[in-house]
Amino acid sequence: EKTKEGFLGKIARAVAGKSTVDAEVLDNLEEALVSADVGIETTVAIIERIEARVARDKYINTSELNGILQNEIENILVDAPADTTYSNFDLPAGKKPFVLMVVGVNGVGKTTTIGKLAHHFTQAGKKVMLGAADTFRAAAVDQLTIWSDRAGVPIVKREMGSDPASVAFDAVNSAVAKDIDVLIIDTAGRLHTKTHLMEELSKIKRVIQKVIPDAPHDVLLVLDGSTGQNAIEQAKHFTAATDVTGLVITKLDGTAKGGVVLAIAHQFKIPVKFIGVGERVEDLLVFDKHEFADSLFNLKK
Amino acid sequence: MFQNLSERLESAFKNIKGEGRITELNIAATVKDIRRALVDADVNYKIAKEFTDTVKDKAIGSKVLLAVNPGQQMVKIVQDELAELMGGTEAELDIKGSPAVILIAGLQGSGKTTFSGKLANYLKTKKGKSPLLAAADIYRPAAIDQLTVLGGQIGVDVYSERENKDAVAIAQNAIKEAKAKNKNVVIIDTAGRLAIDEVLMTEVANIRNAVTPNEILFVVDSMTGQDAVNTAKAFNDRLDFTGVVLTKLDGDTRGGAALSIKYTVNKPIKFVSSGEKMDTLDVFYPDRMAQRILGMGDITSLVEKA
Ligand SMILES: Nc1nc2c(ncn2[C@@H]2O[C@H](COP(=O)(O)OP(=O)(O)OP(=O)(O)O)[C@@H](O)[C@H]2O)c(=O)[nH]1
Ligand SMILES: Nc1nc2c(ncn2[C@@H]2O[C@H](COP(=O)(O)OP(=O)(O)OP(=O)(O)O)[C@@H](O)[C@H]2O)c(=O)[nH]1
Ligand SMILES: [Mg+2]
Ligand SMILES: [Mg+2]
Repeated sequence: EKTKEGFLGKIARAVAGKSTVDAEVLDNLEEALVSADVGIETTVAIIERIEARVARDKYINTSELNGILQNEIENILVDAPADTTYSNFDLPAGKKPFVLMVVGVNGVGKTTTIGKLAHHFTQAGKKVMLGAADTFRAAAVDQLTIWSDRAGVPIVKREMGSDPASVAFDAVNSAVAKDIDVLIIDTAGRLHTKTHLMEELSKIKRVIQKVIPDAPHDVLLVLDGSTGQNAIEQAKHFTAATDVTGLVITKLDGTAKGGVVLAIAHQFKIPVKFIGVGERVEDLLVFDKHEFADSLFNLKK
Repeated sequence: MFQNLSERLESAFKNIKGEGRITELNIAATVKDIRRALVDADVNYKIAKEFTDTVKDKAIGSKVLLAVNPGQQMVKIVQDELAELMGGTEAELDIKGSPAVILIAGLQGSGKTTFSGKLANYLKTKKGKSPLLAAADIYRPAAIDQLTVLGGQIGVDVYSERENKDAVAIAQNAIKEAKAKNKNVVIIDTAGRLAIDEVLMTEVANIRNAVTPNEILFVVDSMTGQDAVNTAKAFNDRLDFTGVVLTKLDGDTRGGAALSIKYTVNKPIKFVSSGEKMDTLDVFYPDRMAQRILGMGDITSLVEKA
């Protein structure tokens, strides 16, 4: 467990001995945000808004700053539209099977997140199925199979090297036939710069739509919480290929802060839905804006 | 989005070519821009500050070449310093001994298993060695299968013990196996672990102590952000690793983590991994990396022509 010094504590230290917000306070704030991977552009945007407030209100004391900052950050973090939220692992009505496609660059935690989602949906009483459309990475299907066993859910798979779109097609058909509530499709990790691999994702999506025209109902882009500014490019290209509808940030049990999602939310308005905090089935949390803003300033030395 | 550095320099210095010497005044804005470019490239915030300050101090007073402006020249100086900092300590991989032992460690998903395969392939095809891969990741689902598949692709044997939950013993047994089978390099793939995970950091330290490796390679994802410093430092404190491997450089990351890590632990970057296939392993070129981090290859040629 991380020591939670918390938002207020950090700001309090950043402005120790000061009663009003001045340039030095703003510099410290900049350092805190940039060190959490928020990136310069978004950090500057936040600081400019605070500067404007300071200029307008003439006097802002540091405890007001806490509130304003928390507010600014939470405003940047968009909410998911009602038809793709499942805060208690409930599912929107009239979408059965609910098809969830999971995408992202290599090694970010897609397969693990799917195992955790399967577990949580199962716990919430849903009938879950997995589709093993990563037929490329060594032992990817074996890995997902182990997760399906852990979560106690069925998996649709074919041999390695099969066409991933065909696996997805099989999985959707099977989910329809078996009255499944939620089908989660794993895809191979791919760098967003590889055009042919990104096109493969669009193809998987089109094939799913042959069976269920409004599917996939949710496309989750998984981001590694320790990734820096490159995550912005990832969001841009995966969105272009698959209309990403939500983000998952993994590995937040480490010391990285995942602040780049703030930049992504700022630029692309994509909501963060879950965070990964470990390697066990339970280690998935529904994203909480307030706690996230808090943890951004929980700098560990 | 931020204008890229070279565009900004173009506009900022359009009219002041050949301004004499680099002074505090005429490069103040450039230094700030360079610092931002470094941070945008994921160089650690504090390191970017320290680095640009040091380079600025060195640059002040130098004579500006006629055909370029002080800003461009400053960037060239920074680029050279970057390359020098990331290079240096040119070290060959130590594969002496029978067998030589190479321990692979790093965070989850950084590319350790893939790199282990690539390294085995490289040692086999380029160095005429007969390597053995050891599967000491007892945690990740299908970790053994993954390494076995990779071993199969490159024709290298994989040592594993499916029922054994003692990673230290597996590593030791792999070395015995290598001796028995006349393998002269053992590459030990370990589970991904967080630097703050005491139990797992102790485990990898125990493997290290049990097998006294020739090389301990810290594998890091080149897309890593500000936290690279903490992780590298923590792994180095526990393992005193001998080199760094940068992975996933086939993407478009600027790769500032390379600078942060070198700056923090001063260990050589020994390989870069740039693809999922077994033959995508390269040596590290500091000058290319410097250009990549600054996001501008053109300045160098501009200054060199002048
Ligand atoms: N500490 C921690 N580790 C995680 C978390 N999520 C995933 N991992 C680990 O990260 C590594 C990679 O996870 P995978 O699920 O295989 O990632 P992936 O995106 O499916 O990888 P590819 O399919 O190879 O692209 C594994 O070792 C996981 O156990 C998390 O939230 N915290
Ligand atoms: N594009 C690209 N992908 C890579 C590279 N190196 C590894 N990968 C991919 O990254 C993902 C993770 O690689 P692994 O080798 O499983 O990483 P690991 O560090 O062993 O992961 P854990 O054992 O779970 O900690 C896989 O999808 C690999 O194919 C690389 O240089 N470029
Ligand atoms: Mg996977
Ligand atoms: Mg591995």
